[in-house]
Amino acid sequence: MTATVDRSHQTPQMTLSPLHAVLLAGTIPLFLGALLSDIAYFQTYQIQWVNFSSWLVAGGLVFTALALLCGISGLFRAEGHSGRSKLYVVLLLLTWVLGFINSLVHARDAWATMPSGLILSVIVALLASIATAVRFSARRTGGAL
Amino acid sequence: MTRPGLLSVLTLSILLTACGADDDAMVLYGPDPTLPEPSRGLLPNMTIAKPTGWGDELPTVPEGYSVSAIATDLLIPRQTLVLPNGDILVAEGRGGNASALRPKHVIAGYIKAQGNTSVKSGNRLTLLRDSDGDGTYEQQGIFAEDLNAPYGLALIGDDLYVANQDALVRFDYEEGQTRASAAPETLTELPSAINHHWTKAMTASEDGDYLYVGIGSNSNITERGMEAEVDRAVIWQVQTDTGAHKTYASGVRNPTALAMHPDTGSLWAVVNERDELGPNLTPDYLTSVREGGFYGWPYSYWGQNVDHRVRPQDPDKVAASITPDYSLGSHVAPLGVDFADGKLGGAFADGAFVGQHGSWNRKDLAGYKVVFIPFNDGQPAGDPVDFATGFIDDEGKARGRPVGVTVDPEGALIIADDLSNTIWRVTQER
Repeated sequence: MTATVDRSHQTPQMTLSPLHAVLLAGTIPLFLGALLSDIAYFQTYQIQWVNFSSWLVAGGLVFTALALLCGISGLFRAEGHSGRSKLYVVLLLLTWVLGFINSLVHARDAWATMPSGLILSVIVALLASIATAVRFSARRTGGAL
Repeated sequence: MTRPGLLSVLTLSILLTACGADDDAMVLYGPDPTLPEPSRGLLPNMTIAKPTGWGDELPTVPEGYSVSAIATDLLIPRQTLVLPNGDILVAEGRGGNASALRPKHVIAGYIKAQGNTSVKSGNRLTLLRDSDGDGTYEQQGIFAEDLNAPYGLALIGDDLYVANQDALVRFDYEEGQTRASAAPETLTELPSAINHHWTKAMTASEDGDYLYVGIGSNSNITERGMEAEVDRAVIWQVQTDTGAHKTYASGVRNPTALAMHPDTGSLWAVVNERDELGPNLTPDYLTSVREGGFYGWPYSYWGQNVDHRVRPQDPDKVAASITPDYSLGSHVAPLGVDFADGKLGGAFADGAFVGQHGSWNRKDLAGYKVVFIPFNDGQPAGDPVDFATGFIDDEGKARGRPVGVTVDPEGALIIADDLSNTIWRVTQER
């Protein structure tokens, strides 16, 4: 007798559309770039680095917001009821909120961005990475948004 | 219609420290202002007075004085110069070409533009003439055009000097002339890269040998990099016969108007200080300018109070910083200064008039008026006295914003208003 295994009940495979994947994956280089720029400013006092991180944080926020929209819309599909997809949305929301606060800190002038801007950049880059890991490790590539 | 009087665009109050409430307990003016701890929430407090017209209203002036508009519909009047025959020259324009380096600059630039005129930069000098001396300036014409954001004006003998935002230029001038006879010649270039603070204030020494030119910083507090601040936040002394210059004073963040004290012959300046340290920091000031003096920017404010936003720091510079003479209050934005020299009589005989453009980095509006600082023995002596008010209406909208103030030897104060594009003339009633 052959048992048919419905894999989707064993490991929750969530659809990850290419667009959603690109938006989500894009948050890492943007927030990581911001972190590296902040480190460079912290070490050199060269103001251009903090200009870079301001824009990189802003770009990261855009990507995070769009990925968040995809994630939230996923919650309304059957597969979105898993704890993992809720965890993903919460992580991404946290990334965005802290990223937004980070952008306000980066709107301060010169060294007033430091050290809080650098600390926030570390946290936001980590959160974006974790959120991405959580979502990609449960993916089934392709399908609807 | 219930539009809010104030365009409080970015006031996320919960994130901001309380401000304004304790103003009464603080000394805002004079030689020893209260300096609270620096504070800055997550958002800079940007409160811009939304523009409205004057309608039938006039500025409020002290009893015994009257005010009238002697020119309207100008193209952003900034500073004025009264010529020997009583004609008035008006420098009109808007300068600066600082590009947005961060998302903040894009947003803040938009918000600040809400509080300014939308008229195009005039880049010209307008001449006003009252031929019959009745106080009505019936003749209005263009003296010179195609200038580059002219601001500082000075007449030495037959030479009319104009400080454009990028160069100090000279016109030949003959008394009675209503139009420049030729294009100006350049006496010296002025620092103009970026021009975050673009106004080039100017005055002449009593003997006419030197011109003093105020050159503002290229940033609020070095956020465009230290390299951008070479030859910035300084007052130059320029030789009128050669155009050679030297730095007369430094560390003056934005010296927006200069004047010579008529009795002592010493140079005085009004200076716009740094933002984003709280509603009652940093005091804008009126000060005599010492040759070779360093006034703190960017390393420290009001003497030796270190500004921690600057890296690398410079303790030696902090130690050398001169405390200014007189606080005008934080964020009032003084853009004009001239000495009364006994020309306006009464309580306004000895002292300095200061035109205050008004605040943007403060919840409760400050400035938006012309004040008089009484002097005694060549030094400020007493609290500021309101001389022209009413620039903010009852709803908190701005009817006008004062810039340059010039004492007319005939007994009047000329006030340039760059929001309503008007020149006001205040005289003592006889």
